[in-house]
Amino acid sequence: MPQTAIAAEQAPTNRALREFLHGLPGVDEVGARERAAGLATRSVKTTAKAAALDLAVRMVDLTTLEGADTPGKVRALAAKARRPDPDDPDAPSAAAVCVYSDLVAVASEAVRGSGVGVASVATAFPSGRAPLEAKLADTRRAVADGATEIDMVIDRGAFLSGDYRKVHEEITAVKEACGGAHLKVILETGELATLDNVRRASWLAMGAGADFIKTSTGKVAPAATPPVVLVMLEAVRDNLAATGRAVGVKPAGGIRTAKDAIRNLVMVQEVAGPRWLDPALFRIGASSLLNDLLMQRSKLRTGAYAGPDYFTID
Amino acid sequence: MPEHRHDGAEAPRVAVRKTHKLYIGGAFPRSESGRSYPVASADGEHLANAGMASRKDARDAVAAARKAFPGWAGRTAYNRGQILYRAAEMMEGRRAQFTAELSAATGAGRPEAEREVSAAIDRWVYYAGWTDKAAQVLGGSNPVSGPYDNRSAPEPTGVVGVLAPQEAPLLGLVSVLAPVIAMGNTAVLVASERAPLPAVALAEVLATSDLPGGVANILTGRTAELAPPLAAHADVNALDLAGAGESAADLEEAAAETLKRVLRPDPAVEWEADPGLSRIRPFLETKTVWHPVGT
Repeated sequence: MPQTAIAAEQAPTNRALREFLHGLPGVDEVGARERAAGLATRSVKTTAKAAALDLAVRMVDLTTLEGADTPGKVRALAAKARRPDPDDPDAPSAAAVCVYSDLVAVASEAVRGSGVGVASVATAFPSGRAPLEAKLADTRRAVADGATEIDMVIDRGAFLSGDYRKVHEEITAVKEACGGAHLKVILETGELATLDNVRRASWLAMGAGADFIKTSTGKVAPAATPPVVLVMLEAVRDNLAATGRAVGVKPAGGIRTAKDAIRNLVMVQEVAGPRWLDPALFRIGASSLLNDLLMQRSKLRTGAYAGPDYFTID
Repeated sequence: MPEHRHDGAEAPRVAVRKTHKLYIGGAFPRSESGRSYPVASADGEHLANAGMASRKDARDAVAAARKAFPGWAGRTAYNRGQILYRAAEMMEGRRAQFTAELSAATGAGRPEAEREVSAAIDRWVYYAGWTDKAAQVLGGSNPVSGPYDNRSAPEPTGVVGVLAPQEAPLLGLVSVLAPVIAMGNTAVLVASERAPLPAVALAEVLATSDLPGGVANILTGRTAELAPPLAAHADVNALDLAGAGESAADLEEAAAETLKRVLRPDPAVEWEADPGLSRIRPFLETKTVWHPVGT
């Protein structure tokens, strides 16, 4: 565990960043995979399962990121985030809706007064290939339209070629453009090749001021695999010890079943600690997951297996 | 080269015993519960241990059946007919095994068992024939008072839970499964509790008949344990209660909660008799299309 972290205030040099990031202990890939697989075998039943399902619903960033998105679809999604299961008034709301930046105004109007946040992907999502000015303009516009959270992508090309300073500068610039909005930094771990890189990118993003580190855009496979989430949870835990700042984690992409979600919660509890079992510090980016969570809730409530015909499609 | 013992006799070959498993999604898994139960012949002799499916296996089977439904319903009727006929071909090739298992299960003599196996094989051929004909009998062009071409056509209802009859473990089994899948439904079948081995053999036939995985899922175990979760499952569209026995009324009540189609058991059923459309029609929905004439 590193004793220090990257200081957010000063602009560090590439060399200082490389020294710090490459000085991080290497990740034992086999060990990480084993640990994640071991935690996935935990059995969570009855009251614990009911609590886990409700918590998972409260952590969902209900997402639609398609070229075919329309204001109507975003409104439907917002209605679902506010009241996921109309049959059950006890069902909690989702954490936020996550949309493209041009639909933020629609989403923020649709969730007004409900406590559901509006997250907007920005900075040339999903590739991150655009000039910094365009990325900042994208971010400012989303915040002005009412986004409470910004999901930015890092420049993977710069990261992989060792230009850590460029990545760091972009994150700090976007963080500044966010103003009061929370910044989630998408590492796109599916393109980072190794778990060592995932650890480095996590520390780089946290040092540059990220409020959350997020695994993926959902457009690249593999996305939020258990070992990746494990490494990121370790990073936020160690970052808290080193700096006193708690950064959140958001796995996104590939988490489709309630079982997967509960496995993630077990990992959160065991790796980062119970403090992270909170929508303020752990989110799950998903679209189809919510229905499975609702079906499992309904199974616990009624005793009968639920069917998708009884839940909205989007 | 065979191993020789010091006394010159050949070592006895280690027996290859069969583990009877479930058939879910085209694969042969053990029960998720790890349980099995002893199956005895008609005269009480131990035959084998069969897998004892749990309600979670039933849930998995329903998920597999749901996944397979669009593909199977989308096949042409002719193609489904070919595949059902293929099942008959595969059964014919295993005639000796089916005869032996049937005669052990029911205590029937060899000629009687042979006759039932033949009848079961012929039933596949029978329903293979119906696949592309039932639509003509049950659908058609409707006379309407207006300038419209009005047509009705039957469509499969979806995932069907089938409780196979407790008696007639082979002919009864084929007689309830074949009509359900013939028209494009997918099935989760609970085999006869007392005599499940013919159903396990049938699963092996289906697995080699080009039937896509998940179209027919076969569970062995306690009917009283597996039937209630199937009856209450919101993603099951219809139930055939042939093997429900005393619990049929309760299951029908549970099924009503999600408006399932239910085929009640017929206490006077003769499995040898010509079934006609009696087991096809209950698992179909009628789609009617109005089309303006002349456009």
